[in-house]
Amino acid sequence: MDRELSVREQIAYGALGLVSLIGFWSLLSVTGLVPRQFLPAPWEMMDRFVVLLSTKFAGFTLPQHLWSSFQRYAYGVLLAAGVGIPLGLMMGWFRWLDDIVTPIFDGLRFIAPIAWVPFAALWFGTGIGGPIMIIFAGAFPPCLINAYRGAKFVEPRLIEAARMLGTGSYRMITEILLPASVPSIVSGLRVSAGLGWQSLVGAELIVASAGVGFMMVQAQGVVSTTTVMAGMLAIGLVGMLIDVLLRQGEAAIRRKRGME
Amino acid sequence: MASIRFDNVQKYFGQGPKAIRVLEDINLEVKDKEFVAIVGPSGCGKTTCLRLVAGFEQVNEGTVSVSGKTVTEPGPDRAVVFQQFALFPWKTVRENIDLGLRNKNAPAAERAERIARVLKLMNLESHADAFPHQLSGGMQQRVAIARAYVLDPEVLLMDEPFGALDAQTRVVMQEELVRLSRTIPRTVLFITHAVEEAVYLADRVAIMTRRPGRIKEVLDIKTVRDTENWDRFPKIEDVMDLDSFVHLRTQIWKSLREEKNVHAG
Repeated sequence: MDRELSVREQIAYGALGLVSLIGFWSLLSVTGLVPRQFLPAPWEMMDRFVVLLSTKFAGFTLPQHLWSSFQRYAYGVLLAAGVGIPLGLMMGWFRWLDDIVTPIFDGLRFIAPIAWVPFAALWFGTGIGGPIMIIFAGAFPPCLINAYRGAKFVEPRLIEAARMLGTGSYRMITEILLPASVPSIVSGLRVSAGLGWQSLVGAELIVASAGVGFMMVQAQGVVSTTTVMAGMLAIGLVGMLIDVLLRQGEAAIRRKRGME
Repeated sequence: MASIRFDNVQKYFGQGPKAIRVLEDINLEVKDKEFVAIVGPSGCGKTTCLRLVAGFEQVNEGTVSVSGKTVTEPGPDRAVVFQQFALFPWKTVRENIDLGLRNKNAPAAERAERIARVLKLMNLESHADAFPHQLSGGMQQRVAIARAYVLDPEVLLMDEPFGALDAQTRVVMQEELVRLSRTIPRTVLFITHAVEEAVYLADRVAIMTRRPGRIKEVLDIKTVRDTENWDRFPKIEDVMDLDSFVHLRTQIWKSLREEKNVHAG
């Protein structure tokens, strides 16, 4: 790694990157090197974004689409956490369960969530189940892996202490492995949240009747590239917001843990 | 009647031709309410002896038994006090002590009463709701001892319990342990490399050789302690000044040093 940068330098470099991108993009639009209908100008995207905040497109305003997306997203991620974390912890304790699940899991986790779309459509139609399944497919692996790793890397002495105190499997998992794995689980949740949000939009491109992804597909149909771009902007912003919030949550937990 | 027995115990680390022999022909008995310390150079396998009794590791040959039952797995009848305390950082002092009682399905009222008693015994009453990281090393080890004592175990296994403490705290804890083992005598297997600690605390001291560890000799301390009435001194430094103490300590030192020379030379 190069030398450490001050906060001011970090902000300056960050701004430099953004300004360069927008400048280059504007240049392309102004000079007409790329036709506007292929790549709208940055200000056109922003205009459209602002308009969509209060104007309905494909049945709803942009915030309404986002809310619809977010609900599916929340269900999918919660389901992934609810299944992945307990299963990961249990795999970290019961060797037989580890041996049963690991080959299946390793076989499935490299399949991109979007690959499940045809089956999601087939099984759930356009209902909420399809997108939830896709988000689940995206968010599940990090939940499981991080809970499993957390459970596997608990200080052996703590497990020995718990065993000599006569601790059974249930308490071992809930009172020893779970609290010891919290930092690892929280990191996993953050990765899950990101992957889930990515998968969501992919899912909505195909199976949904509202949502940002759905809005973008409708826009594509009427060749409204500015609407597609405004949707991309919304996805990016919400994704960043989710990441920032979870990072802060993670930092807070780590701070608390560091003291312990 | 709680007792610990090692019968012709052999222990290897690893398997096949690369296996390292760590314990050779260990025979030792800790009788009911007896305090036995094992001393020896580091790496001699003394901690392995304790881990076999705890059930954390298994013998390759021979048997380790507690009160006549062969040890196969860890359990609350054999409470362990670890050198690094091994308290659960997310549990308060009270919750740390409570876990073993809850595992025994003791009724809430009984648990509360036993915890109160052991907190008082270990001078921890004002720290019941603190988390381990808020306590000093000496305090943390008191909690670990309380967590073991509260279970009223058949035997107590202490693995260099004061090894991680500073010299002053260590002395205080040694005196407290003597007081504790006079008030509530228990069958104790105590591992240490500190000769003075062993002589001060134990009824008998077993001296181990370098790897592969064997029990070289077992010294009777209790007879000397009772005859010379060491217990009339509450402070460790006064006991350590006595000729009878010095004599025993020197005897163990010589035995350990011989051992060193045999293998180094």
